[in-house]
Amino acid sequence: MVQDQKVILDHDDVRRTLVRIAHEIVERNPPRADGGSGETVALVGIHRRGAILATRLHALVSELLDTPVPLGDLDISFYRDDVAIRPSAPVVLATHLDFRLEQRTVVIVDDVLYTGRTVRAAIDAIFDYGRPDRVQLAVLVDRGHRELPIRPEFVGKNVPSSQDERVNVCLVELDGRDEVTIGPYRGRRRAAA
Amino acid sequence: MSATPTAAPTTRIGRHLISIDDLDRAAIERVLDRAESFAEVAGREIKKVPALRGRTVVNLFYEASTRTSSSFELAAKRLSADVVNIRSAGSSVDKGESLKDTVQTLSSYDPAAIVIRAPHVGAARLVAGWTPASVINAGDGKHEHPTQALLDAFTLRRRLGALDGVNLWIVGDVMHSRVARSNILALTRMGANVTVCGPPTLIPREIETLGCQSTVSLDRIEEADVVYVLRMQHERMHDSFVPSLREYAERYQISLARLRPGQLLMHPGPVNRGVELSADAIDSAAALIGEQVKAGVVVRMAVLYELLAGAQPRPSGAGQLATAGLEAA
Repeated sequence: MVQDQKVILDHDDVRRTLVRIAHEIVERNPPRADGGSGETVALVGIHRRGAILATRLHALVSELLDTPVPLGDLDISFYRDDVAIRPSAPVVLATHLDFRLEQRTVVIVDDVLYTGRTVRAAIDAIFDYGRPDRVQLAVLVDRGHRELPIRPEFVGKNVPSSQDERVNVCLVELDGRDEVTIGPYRGRRRAAA
Repeated sequence: MSATPTAAPTTRIGRHLISIDDLDRAAIERVLDRAESFAEVAGREIKKVPALRGRTVVNLFYEASTRTSSSFELAAKRLSADVVNIRSAGSSVDKGESLKDTVQTLSSYDPAAIVIRAPHVGAARLVAGWTPASVINAGDGKHEHPTQALLDAFTLRRRLGALDGVNLWIVGDVMHSRVARSNILALTRMGANVTVCGPPTLIPREIETLGCQSTVSLDRIEEADVVYVLRMQHERMHDSFVPSLREYAERYQISLARLRPGQLLMHPGPVNRGVELSADAIDSAAALIGEQVKAGVVVRMAVLYELLAGAQPRPSGAGQLATAGLEAA
């Protein structure tokens, strides 16, 4: 870890936070009163780290509910609003949304919420697949500086930040460890999330 | 989005796709991977993504085409681009307008890309010099047809996995075939061993310099894992190259009798049934022809996306978007 990075969430914090978010998701979306076809929640993670977090949340939420919870992942590259101004075509990963969205509450999962443009792209992508009953948003970190009217229902941690800073999320599956840090932004500014 | 992803670097593929030589192996793989993403899009109910919204693609076809023109049109539309299709027959070309004037007229629509098919070798390269748009060669005479080679590579990669060491025979009118030339370049670049086969009058001299072998006999055809059959390109023949089509079919037609089980069969289309391919071969399970056609749209979407997504350097300087301060993901 570079010296000027400050740790906001360590390994245990990340775990506890995800457990709390899972409980909040279940609490917020109770099973239908008629006891009918069971739970309506589905989780969709945004590549790359949102998809990893969605997989973890899926395991936690599934433990709390009796019915299977669909899990999908989404690559939003084709829906970005900055396709024409990036220096090169964005790297594209896979998308898997293999379940019907109708009559479901889709919870979008991402690691960091910043300007909100990524979530806007994700909503557009999801609506090209179907018409969910409602869409909610779960993020590990909300760092403020919204440029669109997007708000999350489930937040791991609110992290005030300045635009010269960068929030770095590391996850075991990709980076070898679970850790969220904040530090000065190095290099040229990236297209914002 | 937070820490830098560890995915492959995203340097631009280049402004034009005139020849397979414009792409190294990594670039070809990249286009094929992107085509897989678009194959997923093609499986959705709404088969469209907004990636090229607001951009214009002009398809300029000076030669007959069903597959290529319709798949380029569909590819651009599925990327949400605006499409203008010009066929030379019925256009001002009938009034004597030159290629250069046609291109410059169309460039006034500020297209992001011009897709050009013409009977003259080198037409695409010329067009690239006359317009700020990206130029995609959809076939220039007998020279090259790069998107065909890419969709053939995509089809084969899906069937066989990696192409390293795969033995592929190209059988037929190689002399006049742009598909053959682009495929020799593309497939050898992907690691395959390519052999061309046909009557001596239809195998160009020193074709081996492109990286393939050549033979005039079908005797060793069972060595091939894949047999790629070409049509006789009558429209490009200005001499007699074979005594008759019947004699050609007798000596070189690919039928099920000539194939062994396990061999795959490909053809760029259109097929002249009974000439280069027998009906039983076309309709057999070994034929990948249908898959090639399906690959056409998604591969062309990938080409358009890789060429056009991302800032276009504008020679005039007018309307230049501020790319300073944006780094590649």
